[in-house]
Amino acid sequence: MQILNLILVVFLILCAIAAGRTKDLVSAVVIFASYSLVMAVLWLMLQSPDVAMTEAAIGAGVTTIMFVAVISRTSRIEK
Amino acid sequence: MDDQIVRVISRIIIPFIQVYGIFVVMHGHLSPGGGFPGGAILGASIILYTLAFGAEAGAKMIPHRTSKWLESGAILLYIAIGLVGIGVGRTFLTNRAAGFPMGELGNVISAGFIPFITIAIGIKVASTMITLFHTMIGKDPH
Repeated sequence: MQILNLILVVFLILCAIAAGRTKDLVSAVVIFASYSLVMAVLWLMLQSPDVAMTEAAIGAGVTTIMFVAVISRTSRIEK
Repeated sequence: MDDQIVRVISRIIIPFIQVYGIFVVMHGHLSPGGGFPGGAILGASIILYTLAFGAEAGAKMIPHRTSKWLESGAILLYIAIGLVGIGVGRTFLTNRAAGFPMGELGNVISAGFIPFITIAIGIKVASTMITLFHTMIGKDPH
């Protein structure tokens, strides 16, 4: 369990850094969705299932769709 | 988006998502979840419908007028239920101190007016998600 926790946290940090440094905004949104999914699993391991449920519905679902909708109205590459 | 596979899968999966969202909202006082996650799941099902069948079909299913009324009505319902606590001589949103029962495990109809508050929050969050998404992908008014 400790090793799984360590792997998830390292993946989380890598996702956070990559989402900030990516120039292609659609890729950044997909990386951010995976960040939210890992965060939901981590909330579940921290014994907080309602926050995990919210994170999976809002973070991985609705926020991603909202970001893609905004990108479709503006430009895709960060200037 | 004109994709047959996405349409068929969405048509199958949307009722299950909605039943799960209603379950989470209705068991908000007993199990993990509550108004906000359940409402988000319900709103996400309508967003999936709009994504699969196009903006016109989504706007026809939940018109902007309906979601506007649901949004305002749900928060007014929340405030009205909260004022019951003041009506019996306690503070806003009082449940236990005002004599209403607490939730019992496995019994959906319990916990005084907490389930009604959860349902109001669920309707509010779901209609907010739908309004936000339909406004964002709709035509520019300018």
